[in-house]
Amino acid sequence: MRDLFWIFISSALVNNFTLVLFLGLCPFLGVSGKVATAVRMGMANIFVLVITSLTVSALNTWVLPHAPYLQLISFIVVIASLVQIVEMAVKKLSPTLFRELGIFLPLITTNCAILGLAILQTNRGYGFTEGLVFALGGGAGLTLALVLMASLRETVELADVPSVARNMGLVLILAGSLSLAFMGFAGLFSS
Amino acid sequence: MRTTTPQEDFIRGIWKENPVLVQLLGLCPTLAVTGTVDNALTMGIATFFVLLGSSLLVSMFKSVIPKEVRISAYILVIATFVTIADLVLHAVVPEIHKSLGPFVPLIVVNCIILGRQEAFASKNTVARATLDAVGTGFGFIIAMMIMGSVREILGNGSWLGHPLLGAHFQPWVIMVLPPGGFFTLGFVLLGIAWWKGRSAVAVRPRRWPHGVTTEVGGPAS
Repeated sequence: MRDLFWIFISSALVNNFTLVLFLGLCPFLGVSGKVATAVRMGMANIFVLVITSLTVSALNTWVLPHAPYLQLISFIVVIASLVQIVEMAVKKLSPTLFRELGIFLPLITTNCAILGLAILQTNRGYGFTEGLVFALGGGAGLTLALVLMASLRETVELADVPSVARNMGLVLILAGSLSLAFMGFAGLFSS
Repeated sequence: MRTTTPQEDFIRGIWKENPVLVQLLGLCPTLAVTGTVDNALTMGIATFFVLLGSSLLVSMFKSVIPKEVRISAYILVIATFVTIADLVLHAVVPEIHKSLGPFVPLIVVNCIILGRQEAFASKNTVARATLDAVGTGFGFIIAMMIMGSVREILGNGSWLGHPLLGAHFQPWVIMVLPPGGFFTLGFVLLGIAWWKGRSAVAVRPRRWPHGVTTEVGGPAS
């Protein structure tokens, strides 16, 4: 139980997926303009991460011991098809949920955070429960980073910054400051 | 549409449409593995190899790949080349392979590679697709080298492992940590924006002068 707690804290804060491990930067830089969108993007990410973690546990138990060289290909193909199936099921069963998250699902099916979770979970030898907690922690960390970033960008939207910094340069420097703040969480583990 | 000359196919990816510095694609590896020059260079070469191999294969087989499943087909081709690159790096440079961590397998989801297949290799001849892949690959390597050099020189006082700045230099540790990646790319992009806008900025009016309010502050639609 204690281990699971630390896996959660580690993946959400200390080794934050976006700000420390640099996974899932495309949504982080692309969809962080508005807080409301950022929250929905984060939720969709958690959703896909959990599906991924379950898939990877199953593949690691039953398939990959027999064919380790197929790891990468099977991860991508199985995760992408499963997300598509779940997307169809959600569309049928809960149109409200689909309207909230649906448009993001195809975008994130094969982003770095998803495949990164699959590879890290395998490399670290996490089992079913640990993998699930890892996915939830990683998703929570991603959502936190997205929402913080969106709030910052909404705040500086009307600031009178020099014209060269109007585009991505300013966003990246904001992201760097945010990442700097998250480095502080590294102290959690030494105590 | 005007067809481009071979030189344009080659040069385009290096400067005008540099995948990282202009199009802002493939940022995950650009930020994550550029703490030292040798990591950045290895990653650049691996990505170059995967891009070239995939472009060759996709442009060769463009007429037999059905349109409906083309993306899946491209991803399978890319994943095959990434698996080759992963195994080769593991055998040839085991230490660098270890420090690159999950980012070698993550070349599969690098948008640069899939982007070139969808936008160029699937529509052009093998020769032009090869030129385009080589140009884009070089563009990526150049961006990785810029990032890696800045971060290693400032963060460690060395370049490719050779001490450069002498014993009195106090390394800026932040540059090799994750925030350094964001800051370095941020300042490189600021530099490029400044360089590009040097002449244009003087005549262009500022977008939001003081005292002007817009509807952005109102309730979100």
